[in-house]
Amino acid sequence: MADYEIPKLTGEGYTEVPAVKEDTMKGSGPFIAKADFQKAMGFPTDFDAVGDLVPNWKERALEKMADLKSRYRSLQVYLDICVKCGACTDKCHYFIGTSDAKNMPVARQDLLRKVYRRYFTFAGKYFPKLVGATDLTEEVIKDWYNYYHQCSQCRRCSVFCPYGIDTAEISMAAREILDHIGYGSKYNNEIIGKVFKIGNNLGLPGMALADTLEGLEEDVEMDTGIKVRYPLDEEGSEILLVTPSADFFAEPHIDGLIGYGKVFHETGVTWTFSSHASEAANFGMFIGSYENMRRVSMRIREAAIKLKVKRIVFGECGHAWRVAYSFLNTLAGPFDFLDQRYPIPQHILEYTVGELEKGSLTIDKSENDDKVLTFHDSCNVARGSRMGNYPGGQFEIPRKVIKAVCNHFVDMPADTIHDATFCCGGGGGLLTDDLMELRVKGIQPRAEALKHVTTHYGVTHMAAICAICKSQFTKVLPYYGFTMDQIVSVHQLVSNAIILQRQVSVQARPDEDEDDDD
Amino acid sequence: MTFVSILYGLLFWAATLILVVGVGMKIRQYWNTPAPLKIPTTPAPVTQGGVVWRMFREVVFFESLFRSNKILWLFAFLFHMSLWLVLIRHSRYFVGMNDLLVFMQPFGRYAGITMVLGLAGLWARRFLVDRVRYISAPSDHLMLALLIGIGMSGLMMSFVSHTDVTQVKAFFGGMLTFGFFGAEGGLPADPIVLVHLLLVAVLMIIFPISKLLHAPGVFFSPTRNQVDNPREKRHVSPWALELERQGKTFLSELNK
Repeated sequence: MADYEIPKLTGEGYTEVPAVKEDTMKGSGPFIAKADFQKAMGFPTDFDAVGDLVPNWKERALEKMADLKSRYRSLQVYLDICVKCGACTDKCHYFIGTSDAKNMPVARQDLLRKVYRRYFTFAGKYFPKLVGATDLTEEVIKDWYNYYHQCSQCRRCSVFCPYGIDTAEISMAAREILDHIGYGSKYNNEIIGKVFKIGNNLGLPGMALADTLEGLEEDVEMDTGIKVRYPLDEEGSEILLVTPSADFFAEPHIDGLIGYGKVFHETGVTWTFSSHASEAANFGMFIGSYENMRRVSMRIREAAIKLKVKRIVFGECGHAWRVAYSFLNTLAGPFDFLDQRYPIPQHILEYTVGELEKGSLTIDKSENDDKVLTFHDSCNVARGSRMGNYPGGQFEIPRKVIKAVCNHFVDMPADTIHDATFCCGGGGGLLTDDLMELRVKGIQPRAEALKHVTTHYGVTHMAAICAICKSQFTKVLPYYGFTMDQIVSVHQLVSNAIILQRQVSVQARPDEDEDDDD
Repeated sequence: MTFVSILYGLLFWAATLILVVGVGMKIRQYWNTPAPLKIPTTPAPVTQGGVVWRMFREVVFFESLFRSNKILWLFAFLFHMSLWLVLIRHSRYFVGMNDLLVFMQPFGRYAGITMVLGLAGLWARRFLVDRVRYISAPSDHLMLALLIGIGMSGLMMSFVSHTDVTQVKAFFGGMLTFGFFGAEGGLPADPIVLVHLLLVAVLMIIFPISKLLHAPGVFFSPTRNQVDNPREKRHVSPWALELERQGKTFLSELNK
């Protein structure tokens, strides 16, 4: 299946920390973006060909570094204060999976730090060898590009760092610098371009989206006998639902989307998608570009205003929820035109758990009796956001919902869940086929934990609340002997168990009765 | 020994100035650099009081480090807490003796031993653990050597070859008035105390230009010092606000 060795799972639930090896993942990194993609994002395009650096790249890279460290306290402080204690060295799933020394969080940070020291600190200017400072060379740039695209910005290292040093902040800054000297990542920047041009990551135009949703309504009607609506651009709806575009057709994402619609249907609230903001994902975060992250976020604000909604709810997506929960108010606020009685924005799970607690949903848990579930905490939800009004709600609420709709639930080992959760191996803008080896190796700690509960506790399915996690798992877990259909959306479980009571949608179209008579 | 006393007097003046001004400048830089986004590592406190408590647990108990690695935590905790006791004991060279200081003397005396033990453990890791070996620069080794040198020379004076502590106190007591130029305020002519003080001065001088900045820096770490309330309270940095005010997309388009 591949020209590299796929790690063997033991089923013990943990992965041995490997001995450090050098350069096992040395390479040229993911495909580099061409000038067109860079231009759309406001990045320099004065490089001759893909893979070439811009003129004066060294000065411009250092200038960007100086600019960023003057605008981001995190970057300035984290470049200074690391003591090299090594607490983070065994915490990264990519290091565990690849044993490459530069995949240890501190070593990854040092790729940037050693240049920072050389040009911006007294010790590095006058005693470079002593403090491990190095000149900025083309070789260093290549290392940056390669290894900063082997970080999924999952922040697991920052949990365990005594100073909270967050490698994600460093890798975002590094990617921002690279974008300014001609080394943008094709995968990320092409996708962001599609969002600006078409409205979503997948480049699904409004008409196609409308068709997809109509088809979905037919499917659900065939399945349940009830015309559940999946409305698009319906002005005056109560709720704007923003969800990752993968939810519109990827498996098992779409089964989750069906679930969102059923929950809204049952609770009698009006809601709509927006063709203008038909994407929750915001890859601007992955590349560390505040400006582009803000541009992507503004679409949601614009859509909410145009559609005159009162609330914004986000579907199951990890990094999108971090941007939504932690950054949306900053980037696209203030949201004083929305109903202030509800959280802005709200997660679909916050909505669903509230309705379950109110008892407004009729649930038959036995519909999920063919499964024993476990739950994968997505990194950006676990360590970069919250659900509910208390710390840790992001762990409890998804489990509460799963347990409310399923009889059988088992957690994976404690050091692989909650804020110690392991990344799926495909987050942070790495979900591209040109990084397949990295994705296969990076999933190892999660696969090991999953193997443990499937072997010892009879777990059959793993639920996730992130489009990237779901895509990564369905594609890569089969390398380890699992099957694609073992990955489910949380709202897919809700969808299975919900018994629809409302016969006619509150958003039923007037002409629908005629259709039914056909 | 007048020449040496003057040399040391000036050295400590310089070292103190470098330490205070240098660290002050770094703190000012950290203070003035905006944190444009809310990035606390969650679950995070939802109130300011909660953040103070989180930071307290972090700097007093090394909570995150404890979760990360118990052996590393043990050595690090041993070293830092011993250092505090040693520093309290040493404050007698700068302030008058009081009951608390008298009470603390024996603790500070033996803490010198645990401090060196902790440092030895930390240094051993740099050789024994392959991951830590890989990430260690020469300066990381030298820093530990320096601290162990300070600790060992101090222990020598505590347990083996005492020095004239009243004279040392007179030297530091006279620092502000440049007493070291006179006959009264000189240092004892004792090589161990001179080595000890030289190493301390070096430590003070490199503080603001080295990883020792982790001490003030941790308080500025956004993942640890931010309140988790982005939905309730809008958080915008001045430079981002400027984008909004001028209706621009890119920072490069801003009118200065």
